[in-house]
Amino acid sequence: MGAISVNKLSKSYGNIRALQEISFEVQTGELFGIIGPDGAGKTTLFRILTTLMLPEEGTATVNGLDVVKDYKEIRRQVGYMPGRFSLYQDMTVEENLSFFATLFGTTVRENYDLVKDIYQPLEKFKTRRAGKLSGGMKQKLALSCALIHKPSVLFLDEPTTGVDPVSRKDFWEMLGRLKKQGITIVVSTPYMDEAVLCDRIGLIREGQFMSIATPEEIINSYHEMLWAVHADKLSTLLSELRAFEGINSCFSFGDTLHITVSNEQLLPATLKSILENKGHTDVDVYPIQATIEDCYMLLAK
Amino acid sequence: MDKIVIETDLLTKRFGNFTAVDKISFQVTKGEIFGFLGANGAGKTTAMRMLCGLSIPTSGTGTVAGYDITKQPEMVKRNIGYMSQKFSLYEDLKVWENIRLYGGIYGLSEKEIAEKTDRLLHTLNFENERNTMVKSLPLGWKQKLAFSVAIFHEPKIVFLDEPTGGVDPVTRRQFWELIYKASDMGITVFVTTHYMDEAEYCHRVSIMVDGHIEALDTPKILKQQYGVKSMQEVFYHLAQTAKRGD
Repeated sequence: MGAISVNKLSKSYGNIRALQEISFEVQTGELFGIIGPDGAGKTTLFRILTTLMLPEEGTATVNGLDVVKDYKEIRRQVGYMPGRFSLYQDMTVEENLSFFATLFGTTVRENYDLVKDIYQPLEKFKTRRAGKLSGGMKQKLALSCALIHKPSVLFLDEPTTGVDPVSRKDFWEMLGRLKKQGITIVVSTPYMDEAVLCDRIGLIREGQFMSIATPEEIINSYHEMLWAVHADKLSTLLSELRAFEGINSCFSFGDTLHITVSNEQLLPATLKSILENKGHTDVDVYPIQATIEDCYMLLAK
Repeated sequence: MDKIVIETDLLTKRFGNFTAVDKISFQVTKGEIFGFLGANGAGKTTAMRMLCGLSIPTSGTGTVAGYDITKQPEMVKRNIGYMSQKFSLYEDLKVWENIRLYGGIYGLSEKEIAEKTDRLLHTLNFENERNTMVKSLPLGWKQKLAFSVAIFHEPKIVFLDEPTGGVDPVTRRQFWELIYKASDMGITVFVTTHYMDEAEYCHRVSIMVDGHIEALDTPKILKQQYGVKSMQEVFYHLAQTAKRGD
């Protein structure tokens, strides 16, 4: 039995179909990423799985328990860190943590080992009110509170949104350590580069999964001819390449452009000399392997 | 020499004995896309609030759009635009009502607002959405509208605070195309982002660490300087030297 099993789950808000017959499984101990932009349905899915919202159609189980019938038992077994900071702002760091422990009939001392790593940097601020913490510290406190009752499944809804790249990296290292302790983790993110840190990912868009697989499988299933193009004047290069026959798409990726090429006769060296003849300088054209972001954009087309 | 539209000299903000922004000095020119990066807690928001006339510096000076940020904060506010991902438009107002509201706030006449609204809706291909509630627009459309509203009064500078957080990859890139257009029109774009690929799209980038500006140059030169291939690596390199806890 997997940790999570979702079968044709649907939910609408008025005319907006937030989830459209979503199905997927998460294995026990797996780190499963739900990757997609705002409005794709990520939060709705989390709310249903954590029993905070009822599905309209379809079924879902967490640890074999039904999200509708067995909601009380599920709540005891899962930890949930919502996207919006939802701890008590006017309680101290310490009070928040022991409050959540007490709610679940346990104590901070009993499960301290599990949160130690995450909570330790906060200890020197333990008498500070949660509302007065910086963004990074709030995030650590929220994660500690979601873990203090030793859940077997952890739901993290966009824990890294608005977080700088260095803190994001730290956060993912923390998740890696939790996974080693056998906790099943479902995490959502709009940052495509975080996808490769998951065991498996679901790429979600408009309430539907476009693909569910390991990051490697998703990358390997990308069959377009993908090249990176670089030149000094990227903005003129972009519009020229878009108008170029035999090039299907052209998007900026940092200091290069990624293009998909449909003309199989075209060679990188040929394109390079064409661009140089047009007056571009410092031109470079070379085939590359797709990133998850390339895959997402192709699937979303 | 290009015209300077933002200039600070030893700009500092202290809260009690905590120095959030510590003697930063830099210049931004007309039409420039200036990326303002830093880890959470490095002092970006505080610096940006001072530049927008929302917070008075403890010491140092700053001029934005020709006005002194300490002595003329109201004039600064009139001459800049501002947009953030978190808040920009009123969800329960219609598209035209949002435009009307912002136009009014910036002191445009009814006639100007009417003309410019037509033009804006036409450029964005939004003519059929004039009477749509903003909350029912797709996110990508909302962002385009929010940006257009932020530059509706033709400010010299527009401040964008994490404008693309949570946006899908295609929309995020379309948004940058709007930024380029504004820059071509001579509007200076001062932008913060946590996407390091977007740092590469800026003409120049500054990186704040512990209240200081630790690096400021074109992405190309910064990468050369640190001997790395991407702005992501430049950022890791600098942000890891931070001493103060976030």
